[in-house]
Amino acid sequence: MSTDLIPLAVLMGLATYPFRAVPLLAPGFERLPERVRLYLRLVGPSVLAALAAVNTMVIRDAERNPVFHVGPEWLAVGLCILVVALRRSLLIGLVLAAGSIAVLRALGLATLP
Amino acid sequence: MSLEASRRQLLVDSLGIMVSAGGFGLVYGLSARAAGFSPLEASAMSIIVFGGASQFVAVGYVLGGFSWLAIVLLTAFLNARHLLYAAALAPYLADQPRPLRAMMAHVLTDEAFALAIAHFRRIGRADVRGYWMGAIISTFIPWNLATLVGVTIGGSIPEPSRFGLDVIFPAAMGGLAVGLITGRRELVAAISGAVTGVAVALAWDPAAGIIAGGVIGPLVGMAVRPGPRDHEREGQLAFGPEPAHEHAIPYVPQRSEHAHDDPSEGLP
Repeated sequence: MSTDLIPLAVLMGLATYPFRAVPLLAPGFERLPERVRLYLRLVGPSVLAALAAVNTMVIRDAERNPVFHVGPEWLAVGLCILVVALRRSLLIGLVLAAGSIAVLRALGLATLP
Repeated sequence: MSLEASRRQLLVDSLGIMVSAGGFGLVYGLSARAAGFSPLEASAMSIIVFGGASQFVAVGYVLGGFSWLAIVLLTAFLNARHLLYAAALAPYLADQPRPLRAMMAHVLTDEAFALAIAHFRRIGRADVRGYWMGAIISTFIPWNLATLVGVTIGGSIPEPSRFGLDVIFPAAMGGLAVGLITGRRELVAAISGAVTGVAVALAWDPAAGIIAGGVIGPLVGMAVRPGPRDHEREGQLAFGPEPAHEHAIPYVPQRSEHAHDDPSEGLP
């Protein structure tokens, strides 16, 4: 069994770990100024919303260029967000999101990505 | 919210994330198999790197014959957003032993961050066991098991997208973002992050869009005046049952003298 790519995995791990570890291991993060704490509090909703939006609205075309995408995935993600906002249940939201898109695809109303 | 109630909420939220991690892990395993990775190589990447997008890109780049330097640099670029996650969690975890924080860092992914920050803010402090629950049980284990299944069993598995599993990740991130919105500033930050993210993703690259959204969104949120009731809601946040009383939980994480956790109890 080939192991040629394991050193590459190690290098990729070394390139990733500092981003995850430095703020957690650097001293002084518990004594941050109020403005910085406010900023960090807003990172959560901001980056998660960016992840949701980019993964729903941006796809790559045949030449690997990012293009704006409008599709039934918007409906599924929007449904989940609505359920969480109204019912406060992420699990129900996810089941409805995946279920709705699966049904639409089974009916031929939505293409596979 | 009490620790037990928040952990129950975390467990329920983790189920969807678990399915998402399993689905994506499976697709990664299939892609790695198609690119000629051995099960050992594909699994090594899932264990050591544990970063979905960068692993998918690595598969494509290895297949395309790109240099390792290019792959490693792109990996760093794609995973740079984890710096924001670690910075946001750092105040909560400052009292935990350094070796423990070093281990926690390895499994800090989009999913682990989303579940952990919601859980920590619900209870107003860190919970090591809760962190492992979100990072290891709901993400690391399903991702690695699914990688192994995908790379070994391969083509006999039906396409996960047929079952709508591809929308679970963005839906989960959107839902978890909504759970963190407790006031005008969070709302503005989330909308700004989403708009900035899409704009930069289209103009340049999706990974850059996510980083830009995470960096610029909070700045826009800070420029907005807090709503009249934001102060009293500050810290309640996250989804789950509404608090039974009106006492606002302070945002500032409590120090260890208020925490009941034995840091070692939640080790995987």
